Amino acid sequence: MRPGTEEIWRWLDAVPDPEIPVISVVDLGIVREVAWAGDTLEVAVTPTYSGCPATSVIAMDIETALRDRGVGDIRIKTQISPPWTTDWLSEKGRARLEEYGIAPPRAAGGPERCPHCHSTQVIRISQFGSTPCKAQWRCSECLEPFDYFKCI
Amino acid sequence: MEARDGQLFEFLCRMGDNTLVLGHRVSEWCGHAPVLEEDIALANTALDLIGQTQMWLGLAAEVEGEGRSANDLAFLRDVWDFRNLLLVEQPNGDFGQTIMRQFLFDAWHLLMLKGLTESTEPRVAEIATKAVKEVQYHVERSADTVIGLGDGTSESHARMQKALDLLWPYVGEMFVADALDSALAEAGIAPDPASLRAEYDAHLETVMGEATLTLPESGFAQKGGKSGAQHSEHLGHMLAQMQWLQRAYPGASW
Repeated sequence: MRPGTEEIWRWLDAVPDPEIPVISVVDLGIVREVAWAGDTLEVAVTPTYSGCPATSVIAMDIETALRDRGVGDIRIKTQISPPWTTDWLSEKGRARLEEYGIAPPRAAGGPERCPHCHSTQVIRISQFGSTPCKAQWRCSECLEPFDYFKCI
Repeated sequence: MEARDGQLFEFLCRMGDNTLVLGHRVSEWCGHAPVLEEDIALANTALDLIGQTQMWLGLAAEVEGEGRSANDLAFLRDVWDFRNLLLVEQPNGDFGQTIMRQFLFDAWHLLMLKGLTESTEPRVAEIATKAVKEVQYHVERSADTVIGLGDGTSESHARMQKALDLLWPYVGEMFVADALDSALAEAGIAPDPASLRAEYDAHLETVMGEATLTLPESGFAQKGGKSGAQHSEHLGHMLAQMQWLQRAYPGASW
């Protein structure tokens, strides 16, 4: 018997993002659709940044996770429209990012506070960071540098 | 290919070759930039551009329908088949020259992509809608850096002015419409390049003003890149390095 899509969403919520393993690919908002087409399970995935090298790893991780659950016939579709936005990050994902030391994205264009000491005295070092989706900031209070998940 | 597909293919190669050639050029800085933050920023910019290349050339290959892939187009075509602007194939020079080239391109790229989000060809509009978000970050940074270096020390100011003077003749090509551009504008697939000039000039005036740099007065434009008629000698050298592996070991894969 083939599993229902709700159950599959739950399985995918256990697949970690390869770069930021505290959040799942579902938290990240890149899994856009899960549907059965006959006996084939179709999973639509959207890239975060168009050149992000994690995209192909994510597709492989999703496929592996589903195969481990006994789903053999899988089609991963890359969907670029509508384009991914940080608005699709889940609330759970945002909270976990901060616990992990990455300030979650904010519409104002910068982090609300330092993820380490929670001071609001923060300054931008560079709009580009360790992965395409992050910028580098620093706390003026505890002086620690930190990643900010930038809005797109 | 039908005539419309033929035109679309040419146009997609223009977009994809711009991002491919500039993406490769910028990637040449990886591990060599003056400071770590700039190294990371350049590598990220290059990565975005290569990602956009995959979308543009991927669609080009699909439209062409000859069974070629984005990789085939990137690695198995020779200089005369490339349709990128002459600006993006110019060598990196010093860091200032690289940043000046980036800003002159980014400012055009943003306007072009914004126009393309309204394209009557939905697949083009989809790619542009994705890419425009990334390019907004590129232009913000390259403009800031041009201002920082132009209005910096006497040494950095002199180098930025020299870079602007050197690259200025390559700006015009972005805005001169040829027969293909006119046909695409007519069909609503892409904006008429000439229509982007006023906003571009206004942006440049603001940024160069803040950077205390002087825009050259000459309107002379080097042409031949996007038509493929005559690339500069630099492109062949770049391709020799970029395509070497696929040429030496046909079909090699990871």
